[in-house]
Amino acid sequence: MASPGGWATPYRAVIGSRIRAQRSYPASFVLDLFGALLIGLAEFAEVWVIFHNVRMLGGLDFTAVLVLFGLSNLAFSAADLLVGHVDNLPTFVRMGTIDAFYLRPQPLLAQLVTSEVSLRRLARIGVALVALTAGLTQNHIVWGPQVLAMLVLAVVCGTAIFAGLFVCAASLQFFLINGSELTNSFTYGGSYAGSQPASIFPTPLKMIFGYLVPVAFTAYLPTLVILRLPGPAGLPSWLAWLTPLAALWVWLVALRLWRWGTRHYQGGGG
Amino acid sequence: MRANLRTYGQLARAGFHRQSTYRLALLAGLVTNIVFGFIRAAILFAAVESAGGTLAGYTSDTISAYVWLSQGLLGAVNILGGASELSERIRNGDVAVDFTRPVDVQASYLATDLGRAAFTILPRGLPSVLVGALTVGLALPAQIWPYLLGLVSITLAVSISFLCGYAVNILGFWLVETRGVRSLYAVTSSFLGGLFVPVGLFPDWLSTLAHATPFPSIVQVPIDIISGHVIGVEAIKAVAMQCFWAALTCLVGRSLTRAGRHKLEVQGG
Repeated sequence: MASPGGWATPYRAVIGSRIRAQRSYPASFVLDLFGALLIGLAEFAEVWVIFHNVRMLGGLDFTAVLVLFGLSNLAFSAADLLVGHVDNLPTFVRMGTIDAFYLRPQPLLAQLVTSEVSLRRLARIGVALVALTAGLTQNHIVWGPQVLAMLVLAVVCGTAIFAGLFVCAASLQFFLINGSELTNSFTYGGSYAGSQPASIFPTPLKMIFGYLVPVAFTAYLPTLVILRLPGPAGLPSWLAWLTPLAALWVWLVALRLWRWGTRHYQGGGG
Repeated sequence: MRANLRTYGQLARAGFHRQSTYRLALLAGLVTNIVFGFIRAAILFAAVESAGGTLAGYTSDTISAYVWLSQGLLGAVNILGGASELSERIRNGDVAVDFTRPVDVQASYLATDLGRAAFTILPRGLPSVLVGALTVGLALPAQIWPYLLGLVSITLAVSISFLCGYAVNILGFWLVETRGVRSLYAVTSSFLGGLFVPVGLFPDWLSTLAHATPFPSIVQVPIDIISGHVIGVEAIKAVAMQCFWAALTCLVGRSLTRAGRHKLEVQGG
């Protein structure tokens, strides 16, 4: 077991080594960063093209959607930076290298999470921050402790929700291996759904993304509270204050699945 | 030694068989396609409704056809990494083995990819369209013509997508790491191809920019033809345009292969 104060030291060492490693091929790193930036911009362009054609979508206008897009993308890309690389689990399992992780006296999940930091993911955080700042300055927001609290709650718990979804996905990889694409439907699919006004979804989807895979809590509900807008049927805006509960729910499922997955693994032989 | 058509036919069959062994992967891809289809359909439905019933010539039925056909085609055209295997083979030197084979490198990879796509279209493409038809409903033409021409158009789309991906992956001869270029390419091509939003919804300047690239020929054109959004002479013209892009991307890939082959140096024996 690591000493209570010493947990961050190895993580800092990993981050330091990753920064040096990614800087040693500057041309590739710049392209990587640019690629990630473009992904963020393309997602924004999709929203922008829709609003080039219509004025309102699901009760939100373009400036309101900026807040929604900024919040959900900030939470998702932060979660991606912190734990997104657990997505590589099928490769480790297929190559048998996961066995080495099992032997070390540290929790498997903690080892995997701290094994990598992809700096290119900072580019998407940048796009999200610009959109969020633009959204917060363009709207008439009644600033007060309530709005500030909501913003902090949304970013922290939203990141936790997406991070939990990544862990759920990784847990299922112990069973899926070649079917790893399946989990994209609630990690990347969740991120996609989370950046849309949930009011446009038909009822079954609204229930799924509102309560089962609660991505509506990452951005849509907080946006409603920040802009003082009413929610659609089935998703009242006051629910936004229960965002920590949604994060807790995702993490309970994630840790349960993780336990189940790690115990299912039989080893790669050899 | 020149390989004949039969050799490439067999490579295509091998690609078909290889793909057919990954059943779970196929199911996983299908489920993901369907989930994304539902989200995209909801967004575009809301947009059509907000625009008062028609949006850039699309109604809710035709936009639904657009969404589900594109989700169905996604597996076959495989924008996100058709020739990604090649990149890895260049990096570890295995590509030298490919060059010693009595077949053309580009053509043999294309044959394998066409075989893969042919398998993908049935179990992954048709269910997507079916789910769309059963849940939200979609408008498809009643005549046989659009489907026949659509089949030609899909084959061309798969080829163009592969040939573009090949040209991107072959840059591995000059770059240590191709992931950056590949992700750049994947985003640009799928956005400009009309995968997220139909090209018809783009503002004029963006639409002009998109049509100056081969990307609409990969997604927008085959969907427009099957769904009957583009018919008659316009449809023939669109297919002719696809032929042009296929020829151009093929030539680019070939000259890059030739240049890379001269540069290639493999260690060890």
